[in-house]
Amino acid sequence: MARRGWLSWLLLLVIGVGWWWAGCAPTPPPGDQAGETEAAHTIENKGSDTLVNLALAWAEEYMRIHPEVRISVTGGGSGTGIAAMINGTVDIANASRKMKPEEIAAAEANGIHPVEFIVALDAIAVVVHPSNPVDRLTLQQISDIYTGKITNWSQVGGEDRPIVLLSRESNSGTYMYFLEHVVRLGDKESDLLFSPDTLLMPSSEGISTEVRHNPNAIGYDGLGYVTPDQKVIAVAREPGGPYVLPSVETVNDGSYPISRPLYMYTAGEPTGVIKEYIEWILTDGQALVPELGFVPIAGGSPLSSLSLMSYAP
Amino acid sequence: MHPRRWTEFAIESLIRVLGLSSIGFVLLIFLFLLKEGLPAFLEIPPENLLGTRWYPTFDLFGTLPLILGSLLVTATAISIALPLGVATAVFVREVAPGWARELLKPMIEVLAGIPSVVLGFFGMTVLAPLVRETLDAPTGLTAFTGGLVLAYMALPTIISVAEDALDAVPKSYRDAGLAMGATQWQTIWRVVVPAARSGILTAVMLGMGRAIGETMAVMMVTGNAARMPLTLDSLFRPVRTMTATIAAEMGEVARGSTHYHVLFGIGIILFVITFLLNLIAAGAIFKKRRRGGLR
Repeated sequence: MARRGWLSWLLLLVIGVGWWWAGCAPTPPPGDQAGETEAAHTIENKGSDTLVNLALAWAEEYMRIHPEVRISVTGGGSGTGIAAMINGTVDIANASRKMKPEEIAAAEANGIHPVEFIVALDAIAVVVHPSNPVDRLTLQQISDIYTGKITNWSQVGGEDRPIVLLSRESNSGTYMYFLEHVVRLGDKESDLLFSPDTLLMPSSEGISTEVRHNPNAIGYDGLGYVTPDQKVIAVAREPGGPYVLPSVETVNDGSYPISRPLYMYTAGEPTGVIKEYIEWILTDGQALVPELGFVPIAGGSPLSSLSLMSYAP
Repeated sequence: MHPRRWTEFAIESLIRVLGLSSIGFVLLIFLFLLKEGLPAFLEIPPENLLGTRWYPTFDLFGTLPLILGSLLVTATAISIALPLGVATAVFVREVAPGWARELLKPMIEVLAGIPSVVLGFFGMTVLAPLVRETLDAPTGLTAFTGGLVLAYMALPTIISVAEDALDAVPKSYRDAGLAMGATQWQTIWRVVVPAARSGILTAVMLGMGRAIGETMAVMMVTGNAARMPLTLDSLFRPVRTMTATIAAEMGEVARGSTHYHVLFGIGIILFVITFLLNLIAAGAIFKKRRRGGLR
């Protein structure tokens, strides 16, 4: 008996050491200017979960063209990425919302002057289970659903089922955008909030899993995350219609009501490798954008023009 | 002789330093927690802090739904894991034949090594739909689902510790029980288990500690809706726990903001609850010891 116990401890030890070893894999410090003579330049890129797949696609393509550059991309939410940029642990923060004034103040206090780039456009799709007969909603109805005023699908022309509200966590840029532009209908004076019954899912994957499985659920997420096994709702600004489904065309011509810009932030004016990377994203990199369900920025503007906005300190 | 005494001294002091440093670390962590968390209790008026609305982005820091959420999930987990765990321990220690025990013990130990993310993912994709369909609840991401996953996580701890406690019951107790004409079942239920009571209580407390502190799995299966679990059906509705709140929101907050302090404040509340639980357990064990014997 003791022997068996000993063996299982040994096994655990081996697994544990392996784990530790993997965790200790050398990661060069971000933005290490001193190490630039080495073969690899490293760019740390972190933030919005909405942007993470697109950022990965960009990074992979860019590393293919420029093998001397290494780009590591992680998600975690817009707030997470911005916080990391403020603390100086990443070079580029991805965000699906603008930086908040207090975040800019915190960055300035750290001696960091954030610079903003619009890198793509995104439509937020409202999704339900494929078996749900409801296929169109007005912005007002979506707002009423998410504030808890409408609690049953029969109130919006569906079956007699309770509505289960799904949202991203409050560190998600998608959450803030949806709250301001859909729940509050863009009214700055409004103090409406998500219903306390809203399920806050830690990831996009959490939302799509629940929507796939649960015929009561309604969720929202970036268009790039909508899988074919979810049903996308056509949205109208006014009760009369027109009800519009999100697509590259409807976002570009402005007829789909829930769309927003996606951002990258750098700590100060980008230089060297980071500057080249962002320039590439804003030009050639835009070709990848539609493949991931997002909408390219108009014209693929170069670095110094309209997509570059600098905050005065 | 001399070098040997020297190495002995070195090893002895090394062990002493290591032992003391662990106390030091706990103390430092606690101080850090206080330093970062206490401002929350000063900055935020108590009626906000004890409110029922948790919308940290809008300065509504009602921690009550989170505390109740954690307690509900933990209580559910324990009321599932306790009978199962003790029964398994009794089976492994008292009933199972030798070869089965040899097989079961390492398997239970391996059970404890499953990463909580894996359990959370399993709960999210398999358990949650099952719970929804079986109970006809609006969603499967509920306090009950969280309780199920946590019960599974607390089980290995409860079984191992309870088994050790049963193991420590002297053989003479069992012999005496059987000699008095009691059946094996009666001996186990009336003699062995009561004699191991304090150890079993420790097992439950450790399991409870595991359950209330668990984060990842809970975050994935409880739905994280900060609602007050006061109605009868709350068990089968989503809840948001303290740990999930800290984990989900800590990445976002700006250092030194009110929200940041509140999250550490929740850490303090969690610490106090765990501390009280341990205190109660220790008190109960101490009282039993003093009264002594089987009573």
